[in-house]
Amino acid sequence: MTAAAGLAVEKPARTPLYWSALFKDAILAALVATLLALPLVGMQTYDIGGGALGIRTHFDWVATAAAAVFAGRLAWHLRPRHPRRAEAGGDKVFSRLATWSSRRTPLVAAAGIAFAVVLPFLPFSSRYLIDLGTTVLIYVMLGWGLNVVVGLAGLLDLGYVAFYAVGAYTCALLARDLGLTFWEALPFSGLVAAGFGVILGFPVLRLRGDYLAIVTLGFGEIIRIVLLNWSPVTGGPNGISDIPRPSFFGLPFARSAPEGVTTFHQFFGIEFSPNQRVVFLYLVILALALVTNLFTLRLRKLPIGRAWEALREDEIACRALGINPTNVKLSAFGIGAMLGGFAGSFFATRQGFISPESFTFTESATILAIVVLGGMGSQMGVVLAAILLVTLPEFGRAFAEFRMLLFGAAMVAIMVWRPRGLLAHREPSLRLAPHESGGALR
Amino acid sequence: MTGASEIRQPLLAVEHLTMHFDGLLAIDDLSFAAYPKEITAIIGPNGAGKTTVFNCLTGFYRPTSGRLAMRAEGEILLLERIDGFKIARQAGVARTFQNIRLFAGMTVLENLIVAQHNALMSASVFSIAGLLGLPRYRAAERAAVERARHWLDKVGLTERADWLAGTLPYGAQRRLEIARALCTGPALLCLDEPAAGLNPRESGELNELLLSVRAEQEIAILLIEHDMSVVMGISDHIIVLDYGRKIADATPAAVRVDPAVVRAYLGEDETGKLAAARVADPAARHARAPDSR
Repeated sequence: MTAAAGLAVEKPARTPLYWSALFKDAILAALVATLLALPLVGMQTYDIGGGALGIRTHFDWVATAAAAVFAGRLAWHLRPRHPRRAEAGGDKVFSRLATWSSRRTPLVAAAGIAFAVVLPFLPFSSRYLIDLGTTVLIYVMLGWGLNVVVGLAGLLDLGYVAFYAVGAYTCALLARDLGLTFWEALPFSGLVAAGFGVILGFPVLRLRGDYLAIVTLGFGEIIRIVLLNWSPVTGGPNGISDIPRPSFFGLPFARSAPEGVTTFHQFFGIEFSPNQRVVFLYLVILALALVTNLFTLRLRKLPIGRAWEALREDEIACRALGINPTNVKLSAFGIGAMLGGFAGSFFATRQGFISPESFTFTESATILAIVVLGGMGSQMGVVLAAILLVTLPEFGRAFAEFRMLLFGAAMVAIMVWRPRGLLAHREPSLRLAPHESGGALR
Repeated sequence: MTGASEIRQPLLAVEHLTMHFDGLLAIDDLSFAAYPKEITAIIGPNGAGKTTVFNCLTGFYRPTSGRLAMRAEGEILLLERIDGFKIARQAGVARTFQNIRLFAGMTVLENLIVAQHNALMSASVFSIAGLLGLPRYRAAERAAVERARHWLDKVGLTERADWLAGTLPYGAQRRLEIARALCTGPALLCLDEPAAGLNPRESGELNELLLSVRAEQEIAILLIEHDMSVVMGISDHIIVLDYGRKIADATPAAVRVDPAVVRAYLGEDETGKLAAARVADPAARHARAPDSR
């Protein structure tokens, strides 16, 4: 440690009192870690045969965890502090990235889209990679949809998965009972989900913040439980299977088609490969996500979008300016829900099978995490966060049961590092001066 | 409305306005009128019910009894019967707030465009014309920006149009809030302590702004203010409230020497002209009404 003049001012004198306080704090942290690790890491159930469970203890692991926390806490307190660089480091990288990406939005967006389009055709891409890409894009689309409600209108919605579920089930039921194809069911999925969005919107018109979060959380659970118990229609826990796959302008992706139907590979005279459908699904969700992006970006620059943001900033001022808060809130809920419904419809057709299992609170939390982590209201941030949140657990597979621990740690780290999200940078919806007016925006 | 009659028509006629909050009588049988092209100041010690009058006028409170008649396009609208958010559009009542309420995370220009929401919304036809970028919508948006630019020039914020509203200095935020209210195209502008926290130079600028608005627009201005340099300098008439009751309604010169007003501000003991002189003195208003909060 260099004893620079600047450091001497920052640091308390290292008296015995200082050291004892330091150790006390580290011991407390180790104690908390022990308490947490004891049931989580210290005990493991296993099958002892005959359906009975035994408990295996791993107290050595608990001790390791406690020791690691103790040492880590000490190191944290003793880390060299440079007053000037208190907010620098990684934070600076992302601040720069945020400003840079917002200044060069068209460039970054074009490069990103181009990469996404060619991804399935690159030499290193595999079926696994394309599947992962499809999942990422579903979350990107959901993130952009929820961004309307949470990021723009500032209405904290913890039950967004409900609209995803409504979209998925609408698509599945229309296919099963009315024989509609995916493309025919898609608009209805969006409309029905939007309807549910407005239905949820009415009772929560007067709620904000925590109260709104609780009601929307309940709404998400209500939808899931209805799906679980309304067996005659939804199939209950068994879900709905055999949802038709999307076709390419009426050409199905199949090895062999029934009489009178031309398949995709026959029509184009190429050899059949199961990858064709996977790539097609990927391109469909890419297109849906891009339409969502275009739509929400455009709305943001319209009076409705500005009213959403104004409502987030100050509802009372909105009323005084003659803006009807009811309409503004319901339109945010409705449009956000509609986009979730479209994504749900795609999810149904991609999986071919849906059940209430897929629409638990965890999904809502993940989508919300994507929006918050990306930086509220930032389109580019949502993409970055979705990639991070979907691929991080995949990379973590090597760590087996510690995967979620790693995931949680990464989330905490990001929120400590960038409390306002990865790319928190708001671009004004319109400008008086045609060019950037310097750093005044920050 | 046509044909200049010798009797002036009030734009706003408040008649027997009463407002109870459970046991508390905030406004007690208040009647007054506001005229176009006039600045009417409402003054009184803290807790006299001034802001409550504004909240009744702008639909945030529903009065216990009384009539708030607003003349709009030759018709009489009763404000107490209109939904809060419709008052700005239908009756043309705009207001500012004692504790500034800007859209802090949006730019100055955006604040002014949001104020023109209703006009733009109807031009965007349920956002469809807007989404398609039809010329009709784009023309409306250009007009809105021009209107915003006009008021930005007026309050001297054109240079900072693309700043976030929350990053402006305090005095500029006050001016922006007034500009935002004016962007709604009001017939009645209610300003709640626009000079609070301004330095003497800034409140001088505020006086000029309000005088030029009065000169150029067909607007009636209602003004709640503690800063006597503003109130005495620009008001056409002054209404004095004390414990929810009107104790004076006259020209600045008459209010200045009104014994009832002096009593309300300085207490019962003070008498006559000595006290009257002190009403005009900014330091004197702290005697009973320290305008903290």
